[in-house]
Amino acid sequence: MQKHLFGAAVAVALAFTATAASAQEKIVISNWDAYMPPELLANFTKETGIQAELSVHATNEEIMGKVTASGGKGYDVLFVSSPFAEALHKLGLAADLDHSKIPNLKNFYPEAMQLPHDPGLKFSVPYSWGTTGLCYRSDKVGTEPTSWNDLLKPNDTVKGKTTMLATDRWLMVPALLSLGYSINTPKEDEVAKAKDLLIETKKTLLAYDDTTFYSKLVSGEALLVEAWDGWCNYGIAENPAIKYTIAKEGSDMWVDAMVVTAASEHKDAAQAFINYILRPEVHRWVAENILYKVPNKAAMDGLDPALLKQYPNLAITPAELLKFEQMRDLGDAQKLWSKTVTEITSSN
Amino acid sequence: MMPSRRLLLLGPGLAWLTALLILPCALIFVLGFFERGVYGGIDYTFTTENFARAVDPLYAGIFLYSARIALTAVVFSLLIGYPAAYCIAKQPKRRQMPLLILVMMPFWSNYLIRTYAWIVLLNREGLINSAFANLGIIAEPLPLLYNDFAIVVGLVYGYVPFMILALYSSISKLGPELNEASTDLGADGLRTFLRITLPLTLPGIAAGSVFVFVLSIGNFVTPDLLGGGKRTMLGNLIYDQFLTARDWPFGATLAFLLVALMMLLLTLQAVFVHRAGGNQEARA
Repeated sequence: MQKHLFGAAVAVALAFTATAASAQEKIVISNWDAYMPPELLANFTKETGIQAELSVHATNEEIMGKVTASGGKGYDVLFVSSPFAEALHKLGLAADLDHSKIPNLKNFYPEAMQLPHDPGLKFSVPYSWGTTGLCYRSDKVGTEPTSWNDLLKPNDTVKGKTTMLATDRWLMVPALLSLGYSINTPKEDEVAKAKDLLIETKKTLLAYDDTTFYSKLVSGEALLVEAWDGWCNYGIAENPAIKYTIAKEGSDMWVDAMVVTAASEHKDAAQAFINYILRPEVHRWVAENILYKVPNKAAMDGLDPALLKQYPNLAITPAELLKFEQMRDLGDAQKLWSKTVTEITSSN
Repeated sequence: MMPSRRLLLLGPGLAWLTALLILPCALIFVLGFFERGVYGGIDYTFTTENFARAVDPLYAGIFLYSARIALTAVVFSLLIGYPAAYCIAKQPKRRQMPLLILVMMPFWSNYLIRTYAWIVLLNREGLINSAFANLGIIAEPLPLLYNDFAIVVGLVYGYVPFMILALYSSISKLGPELNEASTDLGADGLRTFLRITLPLTLPGIAAGSVFVFVLSIGNFVTPDLLGGGKRTMLGNLIYDQFLTARDWPFGATLAFLLVALMMLLLTLQAVFVHRAGGNQEARA
């Protein structure tokens, strides 16, 4: 009996040490679903021996909510859009990065090192960057759209067959650009004008859609949608009649970035993960599979030219991209924006 | 001896209710009196602004709209559920259980997946539209999806089993004696139904209706998927405050108001059932 008890105690103790040891080597990554090639984590573990677990979030706001509620505990690397990376930094929830642990930053375009939201990449590393524009069925729209107004005040052909992005920052982008305002405006009157316009537009929409708009284009349910360039590509891949264009009023420059949480207990492993992503062949593989531009010159230079032809957004140069205003954290104006977007989406 | 023993028996239930229902509701209520922080946290500054904002015409409109949709769902659930429940209750006993299991069968798969299935059925190129188009009934696809119609269809589909179960338990309690007596006294089938069966099953109707109403008004998946995110119901509004706008205090205010409404309805329903029960006993 005594012996049995002892054996059980040893077994329990061993089990504890075993979990402790593996926990030490395990990082938790939160990313949008399907925003990384599925094999990436397995390959990373195979090479580095570091266990990596993926947790998914549907929106920036969702992961912000989780991280601000828990102080970031339980997460090591977060994939968020740059305004949210900025907010995490201001809240003290993002760790300062040690560039000596991320030597592959040498592969980046010089422009990518000096992004307005984080010059010198002190707390965030861009994962992908791009534009927001008009994605449409060139075979069915009649005249091809060139302006945000083609979406905001649709003609009879496309009326009721348009979608807009539901995430609040991008929901506002078309209206602000068409009115000639900054996409980061904190001014109440400008936000109010954009709101009025968007409430009118809402009556002509098929739906707000962040995730399946390209399949609505493929099925013909939608003819013209507001889209992030890479997501339009998923439509183009299925139907070459789908095209992407940047509206003449411009686009935002968005950057999705990786942030290491300040609460992470495995910062070295987290930075090793970022460094792994930045390898030319890994980051290129991201571009080839997710069809977003990546800020990694070494990766982009190796892309198949046929891919650039099929997906023209991939050919936009960093210099062209940086002409657009980057989406920034709104700070105090966020309250006004949140309330405004609630008012738009709630107007029945 | 007796009171302490009663307390002992009640204890676990009361502790459960206190920890998991009363305390959270109290927390939600209190949270409604604070301000939203710049980054979505909570600023512990006292304010009644959230409650004032909740009665703003915009939000009051969402409330009324949600109530209207939920009420429509109740009416259709009742119209579909009553005959079904009546039919099941009048079957021989051995057949009732398999039929009830069939009613519950949809719960074997996830609500989200079942809601997605309606998108496949209702969209412009979906099964219903293509079938109608192939039969030459319609030239242009019908707008079946991303509107109120789709939301009501989704809600009725999802919650009709609750209605059927509530009605079944009420109808199956009726013996054949009253019907026979009514017929013997010369009433036809319709009159018997309207004067005997319907009044006696009112508690079941009330229970089923409150279930469907309460589940519908707080639902956010169906308006999001079948309404195309364009139609905001109370559930979506609360969801958005917590997960999109990150305005927890305002979300808490709305959630508290919804809980208060549900409690009111459930209490009214309980009082009603109690009264109806009392009347029946008095008559007997």
